[in-house]
Amino acid sequence: MLVFTVFGSFWLEIFLKTSVLRRWKRALVSILPVSIFFLAWDAYAIAQGHWFFNRDRMLGIYGPFEIPLEEFLFFIIVPMAAILTIEGVTTVKPHLREKEFGKDKEQ
Amino acid sequence: MIYSDIAITAFSLSIMIDLFLFKNSLLTRLAFWLSYAIIFPFQLITNWWLTHPRSDGKAIVMYDPETIIGIRIASAPIEDLLFGFALVLTVMGMWEFWGRRGFQRNKKLQ
Repeated sequence: MLVFTVFGSFWLEIFLKTSVLRRWKRALVSILPVSIFFLAWDAYAIAQGHWFFNRDRMLGIYGPFEIPLEEFLFFIIVPMAAILTIEGVTTVKPHLREKEFGKDKEQ
Repeated sequence: MIYSDIAITAFSLSIMIDLFLFKNSLLTRLAFWLSYAIIFPFQLITNWWLTHPRSDGKAIVMYDPETIIGIRIASAPIEDLLFGFALVLTVMGMWEFWGRRGFQRNKKLQ
């Protein structure tokens, strides 16, 4: 499923030249502060038994707080796909970008 | 707090952060809603993939029925959609935030 998400979104980088992967530092500081909270939630939910994984269908690699490797990858790949999608949309429809930096133009 | 409470909290928080903390709130912009419209079907497919029962009767991810409302969409708890929305909105908001601050704002890097 993670591979599916990569193939589903990362082609935007190549064909629409979204340049998100090239701006990986901006992507990193966008994703990390958010993913930290979601991983903390994940850790809590796993500890409390809100959700649990079928261990037969997992890679079997676990990080801190029993969080599977797949979850760490999920919280990098899915946000990347989200950024690629909005950059893809604003690349195809540049006028939708106008409001984005509207207030900065006054400076 | 059970999954429902946290999902609703995360969903509400993401909306408040977008509306009141970030300038040029994404929720008021067509670019966001078009993007989310594209993401939404993929979100449903991913949710279904992870939560529908396989041949062994188990899904990849399973939920304690005591911690969810019980409404399921594409076999996943409705809470998953709230969680996904919060994740997508906040990450896109951060991306735009750094762009406005001028950090790697343009496609061509110097």
